[in-house]
Amino acid sequence: MFEIFGIPSTALFGQLLIGLINGSFYALLSLGLAVIFGMLNIINFSHGAQYMMGAFAAYLILQYSGLGYWPALIIAPILVGITGILVERFFLQWLYKLDHLYGLLLTFGLALIFEGVARNYFGSAGLPYTVPESLRGGQNLGFMFLPNYRAWVVVASLFVCFGTWFVIERTRLGAYLRAATENPTLVRAFGINVPRMITLTYGFGVALAAFAGVMAAPIYNVSPQMGAELIIVVFAVVVIGGMGSILGAIVTGFGLGVIEGLTKVFFPEASNTVIFVIMAIVLLVRPAGLFGRRA
Amino acid sequence: MERVVDPLAKKPSVLRSRSETIGFVVMVAALAIAPFVTYPLFVMQVMCFALFACAFNLLIGYVGLLSFGHALYFGWASYLSAYSAKAWGFPPEFAILTGTATAAVCGLVAGSLAIRRQGIYFAMITLALAQMMYFFALQAKFTGGEDGIQAVPRGHLFGVFDLKNTMTMYIVVLIIFILGFLFIYRVIHSPFGEVLKAIRENETRAISLGYKTDRYKLVAFVLSATLAGVAGATKAIVLQLASLTDVNWPMSGEVVLMTLVGGLGTIFGPVVGAYVILLMQFKLAPIGEWVLVIQGAIFVACVLLFRRGIIGEIANKLRIRL
Repeated sequence: MFEIFGIPSTALFGQLLIGLINGSFYALLSLGLAVIFGMLNIINFSHGAQYMMGAFAAYLILQYSGLGYWPALIIAPILVGITGILVERFFLQWLYKLDHLYGLLLTFGLALIFEGVARNYFGSAGLPYTVPESLRGGQNLGFMFLPNYRAWVVVASLFVCFGTWFVIERTRLGAYLRAATENPTLVRAFGINVPRMITLTYGFGVALAAFAGVMAAPIYNVSPQMGAELIIVVFAVVVIGGMGSILGAIVTGFGLGVIEGLTKVFFPEASNTVIFVIMAIVLLVRPAGLFGRRA
Repeated sequence: MERVVDPLAKKPSVLRSRSETIGFVVMVAALAIAPFVTYPLFVMQVMCFALFACAFNLLIGYVGLLSFGHALYFGWASYLSAYSAKAWGFPPEFAILTGTATAAVCGLVAGSLAIRRQGIYFAMITLALAQMMYFFALQAKFTGGEDGIQAVPRGHLFGVFDLKNTMTMYIVVLIIFILGFLFIYRVIHSPFGEVLKAIRENETRAISLGYKTDRYKLVAFVLSATLAGVAGATKAIVLQLASLTDVNWPMSGEVVLMTLVGGLGTIFGPVVGAYVILLMQFKLAPIGEWVLVIQGAIFVACVLLFRRGIIGEIANKLRIRL
């Protein structure tokens, strides 16, 4: 054990790890927001609620079918993604021609509904969800203790983030997607079913949020309000990074998580607000955001 | 060249002023009768929230800026008003002024940051800044944390009028509300207000006409924040309470909902919306958390089915301005 700037190394690296974990969730959620915004021109305010739904889906899958963490990691995002597709078909598709603000208001209303229903059935107290058997325990790295599950969360979300980046930036499907973002009419003229692509994009973005929710379930408790405050922080992350770039969203998410973790070590009182303060500074220095194109 | 006078163009403007006058008279009459018909405390609360919603509507309805963080100005004004009345022994008029000034300063800082980005980002920035100030309120000593500031003394207005008397308090709140309402009306119909509407319709064009739109937007933002502050500061004196509820994000959502239900960009919409939403919360209090679900459903229904809101739909049917 040694000290860095008068802080024991275990505390420092411990907070750094928590920062990375939070950063993974920021990255996954802001990535989903950016993908959805790119195609639908809607800021998905219910993203936090859908993250919460992912966690609850994992919990319910365990309760009613006995399937554990690993199946839930696949099934829950699919189920929540399907609800996302229904939301898009029933509600969002009517808003594309209107001002952006209506999309924000509608999804805000949906977030209230999801959260309210969850509170009615599960109460406000959190429900426990245990770490899967295969990821219990941890590694002693000498300078810190690394719980296996937390290491898995960071690695898995990095993998999913870069997988998404690869699909969007490097494959034919991604090329269609980017083209449809730029000019949907022209892409339709080439015979590509753009409305279906929009629906699936929303479903995919929502599934990403649910995936993050399942991964968060063993770390935080499963509770109805777990998404509401998180989504506001993610909005600040999105303002800082700008939504123009997928890679930008990932880097900003992880970076801000780490900064937040470090703040917890050196100046704990500010750990709740540091991301908002950074947002204010970025707005002063680079109004378009770190990776944003000028609007 | 012959001046072309469109005979139709004149009519609505006459109707407009008349329908608005009638609306105003009806509203004042209703508020004058209300304390004898229903709970005065409830009506006072409605008036505070109505002023809050009107202030919010000044931004969304007339400049096209959606602030998702108006709880900041309402809540912090409420805190400072309550604190100055309780801890420093300020008389109510100074307590309300202290709260209002706080909101104005917050509005100036938050507004100058938020107007640096447009559209959807503006909403996210205002929300994030409000959340930051919520955490400050949560951690600061003087706000009393989870307890809030309770048992705020109402005191004597100008050292003369005892506000512990419900009717006196009611009249004071009514006067504050009417003055605030008329002030907003005046702003909207001033040359300044016309420029705001031009910015809402087409900002690029307003810039090309030589208007420094950022400056106009900032002034509108500060005005809106200040009036939200008047509402919050008055509310703290009326309910003798300032709490975290006033600064948290659901409050920001609630004022959006009130304005949306009543009608964005209508003069009377926010007032009606505030009444409807508060009445609903009051009546539905026994069913607990379902209120959240119903509020969400109202949001969805308003956005999908009647974007004009209650007053907007009526005005549209009767072809008048309200």
